[in-house]
Amino acid sequence: MIPRPDPTLETLVLNMGPQHPSTHGVLRVVLKLDGEYVLEAHPVIGYGHRMHEKMGEVRNVSGFYANVGRMDYAGALSFGHGHVLAVERMLGIEVPPRAEYIRVITTELNRIASHLLWFGAFLLDLGAFTPILYSFDDREYILDLLEHVTGARLTFSYFRVGGVNRDLDERFIQGTRVFIRRMRSRFEVYHKLVTGNVIFRKRVEGVGVISPDMIRKYGATGPVARGSGIPYDIRRVEPYSVYSEFDFDIPTFPEGDCFARYRVRLAEMEQSLRIVEQALDRLPDGPVMVEKVPKKLKLGPGEVYQAVEAARGELGYYLVGDGTDVPYRLKIRPPSYSNLSLLNELAEGVLLADLVAIMGSLDLVIPEIDR
Amino acid sequence: MIRYFREIFEGLWSLLVGLKVTGRFALAPTVTTHYPFDELEVTPNYRGHIDLVVNPKTGKDKCIVCMMCQRACPSGCITVKGQKPEGAKKRVLTEYRLDFTKCSLCGNCVEACPTSAIEFSHEYNIAGTSRHDFHYDLVERFRDRCRTLGVEPKIADLTPVATKPKPEREKTESQGDRKPDG
Repeated sequence: MIPRPDPTLETLVLNMGPQHPSTHGVLRVVLKLDGEYVLEAHPVIGYGHRMHEKMGEVRNVSGFYANVGRMDYAGALSFGHGHVLAVERMLGIEVPPRAEYIRVITTELNRIASHLLWFGAFLLDLGAFTPILYSFDDREYILDLLEHVTGARLTFSYFRVGGVNRDLDERFIQGTRVFIRRMRSRFEVYHKLVTGNVIFRKRVEGVGVISPDMIRKYGATGPVARGSGIPYDIRRVEPYSVYSEFDFDIPTFPEGDCFARYRVRLAEMEQSLRIVEQALDRLPDGPVMVEKVPKKLKLGPGEVYQAVEAARGELGYYLVGDGTDVPYRLKIRPPSYSNLSLLNELAEGVLLADLVAIMGSLDLVIPEIDR
Repeated sequence: MIRYFREIFEGLWSLLVGLKVTGRFALAPTVTTHYPFDELEVTPNYRGHIDLVVNPKTGKDKCIVCMMCQRACPSGCITVKGQKPEGAKKRVLTEYRLDFTKCSLCGNCVEACPTSAIEFSHEYNIAGTSRHDFHYDLVERFRDRCRTLGVEPKIADLTPVATKPKPEREKTESQGDRKPDG
C-alpha cells in the first residue's frame, strides 16, 4: 500500500511526520507527490499505541478510569462519560440526576476547551500564530474551572460508575456563569480576527470538499460529518444521559470544505454554552453518587454498546462481560480513526499546503487513533 | 473588473479589522502570570501525589494497614507494610512506599481508604534528575511534615503496649501481602 520510490517516474515519495508539527503528535503520512500536488497520501498509524484496549481486558473497571483520559487528551471527559455509561448500562445502575447534570456540564465545558485547542492549532497549521494565544486564554479559564472540580487539568479521571467523585461547589458554578458571559463576547473577537480574514478564507474555502457520500462510506462523524451537511449527532439521534432535556441546535453546513468544518466547531461552542447554561439553571440537589455501588462490579455475562458524542465525533464503547469484574473485551470506537481514514481519497490531487489545512480541519488526536 | 477591485479592498479591510482587534488587546492588561516571580494559588482540590494524613494535634497517622489502597491501585505503585507491636491488637504502619513514576493520579487509593488516612498533596513543582527521586517514602515525609507543623511524629511506633501479662504468647509479625486480621 505504501508507495515506494520509483526512479523511472517523475514522482517523489515524501514522509510527512511522524515528527511533522502539523501532524499533531506522531502521525506519519507517506505522500506520493508530483511536483507540489499530492497523488497519494497513506497515513501510517501506531506510533502512539499504548494498548489501552488490552489494559481494559486485564484491569477491573475502576482501574480503567485513568486510561480513558489518556486516549483523548483534549476531550478526556467525553471518553470517561462513554466508559461509565457503558458499565452502568450493563449493571443497570441508575445515576442520581445531579450527577448526570454535573457530567453534562463538565463534558460540555471540556468540549469547548477541545474546540478551542483545535481552533488554535488549526490556525497555527495555516501559519497564523496569534489566534492560539486568544483561544488559550479562554481555554485556561475552562481548565481552571475543571481543575477546581476534578483536581486535574487534562487527565481528569472524574466520572465514576454510579456518579462523579466530587460535588460541584459554589465557586465552580459562579465561575462558570462568568465564563459563559465572557465567552459569548469572545466569539466576536474570533470572527473579526480569523473568520473574516482574507488569507484564512483563501486557504480554507473550497479546500478539501468532502461529499456526504464519502462521509457515509468511511463512517466519519462529528464536526466532519456536520460540515458536510449531515446532521448526525449522538446527543440528538440517540440521546444518552440527560441531553434530551436541553434545548440546543445541531449546527450543520452543507459546503463540506475546511471552512464549513471550521464554522461547525465555532457554532458548536455556542451551543455547548447554551447547554451548560441550561444545566446550571436546572441543576438539581441531591447526592452525586449512588449509595450502594458494589465493591466488585461483576460484568455480565452479556454485552453492551454505548455511544457518546465526543468532541471529534461518535465515540463507542463495546463492552463484553463474562461474569467477572474484569471485562472480557472492551472495544473502543474512536472518532478520529474513521475521520482519518478518508484522507487517502480526499488528498488525491490537492496541493501539499492544502493537505495541511485538510488534516488540521479533521481535528486529529493521535493517541485516540492509536489507543 | 469592479469585482476584482472590490475583492482587493474587502481583503485589505478584513486585515485591518483583525489588526484593530490585535491593537485593542495589545493595550489590554496582561492575562499571563510571570511564573517564577508570581505564582498562582493552587486549588484545594488539586490532585498531586498522595500523602499520609497528619493529625496536627497528636502527630499520629490514621492508617490501619488494611491494604485497600494497595489493592485499588491499578498500576501497583503503592507498597504498604505493617507490624504488630508487642502486646498490641492492631497493626501499626511501618512502611508506606509510593512509586510515583508509575502513578497516573486516578485517585482510586484515596477513595478506597476506609479511614481517610491518605490525601492528595498540592505539590506540582516536582522535578528530579533520577527516577529514584520519585520513589517516595511516605512515612519519612510524614515525619518531616510533622516537624514543620511542630508536633512530635508518632508513626511506626513499635514500642510494646503494656497489657495484662499473658505468659508465653508469641509475637506475630505480619507481612505486607498477608491479609489483615480482625
